[in-house]
Amino acid sequence: MLEAPSSSVINNGVELGSSLKSGSGKAFDRKKRLSLYNKTFKVICIASAVFVCLILFTILFFMGRTGILTFDTVSPLTFFFSSEWAPENDQYGAFIFIFGTFALTFLTMLISVPLSVIIAVFLAEITPSWLKTMLRPVMDLLVGIPSVVYGFLGMTILIPMLRDLTGTSMGDGLLAAAIVLTIMVLPTISRITDDAIVAVPKKYRDASYALGATRFQTIVKVVLPAAKSGIMYAVILGMGRAIGETMAVVMVIGNTPQIADELFKPTSVLTSNIVMQISNVPFDSSWNYALYMMGFLLLVISLLMIVLVRLVQRKGVKS
Amino acid sequence: MGTLIDIQSLNLYYGTFHALKDVSMDIPEKAITAFIGPSGCGKSTLLRTLNRMNDMIPGTRIEGQIAVGGTDIYSREVDVETLRKKVGMVFQQPNPFPKSIYDNVAYGPRLHGIRSKGKLDEIVETSLRSAALWGEVKDHLKRSALSLSGGQQQRLCIARALAVNPDILLMDEATSALDPISTLKIEELAQDLKDRYTIVMVTHNMHQAARVSNQTVFFLNGEVVEYSDTEKLFSNPRDQRTEDYISGRFG
Repeated sequence: MLEAPSSSVINNGVELGSSLKSGSGKAFDRKKRLSLYNKTFKVICIASAVFVCLILFTILFFMGRTGILTFDTVSPLTFFFSSEWAPENDQYGAFIFIFGTFALTFLTMLISVPLSVIIAVFLAEITPSWLKTMLRPVMDLLVGIPSVVYGFLGMTILIPMLRDLTGTSMGDGLLAAAIVLTIMVLPTISRITDDAIVAVPKKYRDASYALGATRFQTIVKVVLPAAKSGIMYAVILGMGRAIGETMAVVMVIGNTPQIADELFKPTSVLTSNIVMQISNVPFDSSWNYALYMMGFLLLVISLLMIVLVRLVQRKGVKS
Repeated sequence: MGTLIDIQSLNLYYGTFHALKDVSMDIPEKAITAFIGPSGCGKSTLLRTLNRMNDMIPGTRIEGQIAVGGTDIYSREVDVETLRKKVGMVFQQPNPFPKSIYDNVAYGPRLHGIRSKGKLDEIVETSLRSAALWGEVKDHLKRSALSLSGGQQQRLCIARALAVNPDILLMDEATSALDPISTLKIEELAQDLKDRYTIVMVTHNMHQAARVSNQTVFFLNGEVVEYSDTEKLFSNPRDQRTEDYISGRFG
């Protein structure tokens, strides 16, 4: 049998008043107990927060500390602007990889952003609702596919296809990597853009239609501008993913340290170069340090991306 | 006053729900016609059939005829975008676009192909003047429309509707989200505008209908109970249900 707490019925004000006093009629001092709980909880929360910050700064510190040793033997100017990467001959110019990373990201965004926005518009505005309920979970699943799998697809399907289509002998290179990355980031960008479009209030659409706008005009002139900050957020997130992606890129980019001045030329980017070389460098060598420096560079770029996301979000809230 | 809108035995269904039952009426031009009635009586639905905004609600079915200036607006030859250009609408919630004041008013004209800056400037100014907003905003047309007060936003929406040069202006409870002073301004504005436009307004507020309209239509459960001159409807209603409603016995 369940019984109601003994103090469930309070008959008069005096009793009510005294029951509010802490620790009334209890062996424990309730107030002290509660304050102990509160304090413990607070300490745990603060400790967790400090711990997370500590991890971040530790990573930054160790990557940076090891990376900076590069500059004992290599001048920063050479590291950033020379395209001679031949660690066997003590040449550590990382320009090829830095350029490759930016070129690859740019190319990926060039293909994926327009496509994603079209997909998102289609999803949010045009698709009948039964198809929507099918497509959205499918896209969400695509986000979670391991990148190695995308790499495999690129290697076994995309590259032979590119060879056939363009007649190049290799197929590896910037374009192959950009296409694989596009397929990877497409679900992310289009789903977030989709959400941003859905969040545009119906009243804007009504106003536009009531003025005699067609659906296309309404989407282009009202809905997309109103969803602008959400779309920016999606793009930056996709960009962050493209910059940091390693496995899928390694498998299709060709991994050759030469500058990517053509779409079909095996090349290398920061991530792919690190992962290809890190396992067989001597621990205490400039080579190792240079790889760390490249990792540190990636870290800084992705942190900048996150800051940018924050700024865009804050701007979105204001307007 | 000639008839501008001629509605003949109109039936409207949302799925299986019979929202408008055999509605027939003539709406005169260059006058204010008010639709009153309790919530869910079909008055907004009828208003939204006049610029075919109901087309976008899935499962809507319409029988009967609505002729504007003699043309059946539901016939195949009628282009819905052109219709909406001629039949402007102001909504219950002020809904300016998150753009500048200028761009809000210029939105409609731009849609319909006006590109010249001088022409747009002129349209923006006359529309804002017509909506009695020019004096308040003329010095900061580039400011966001969302920085305006609710009443100003609603007048901006009226200006935006007027900018495409409509003949008919539909006002769907356009003052229900506004404070009394803003409401009064919009009512005065409607009075000014009726010399040039045919205005059809839906209102929850019987006093508003009594104050501003020339004709009043009383709806109940999707039917037209009574349609007559406003003065007559409020002073001497023919139907018992009208009398009960306007004397506040229900609704």
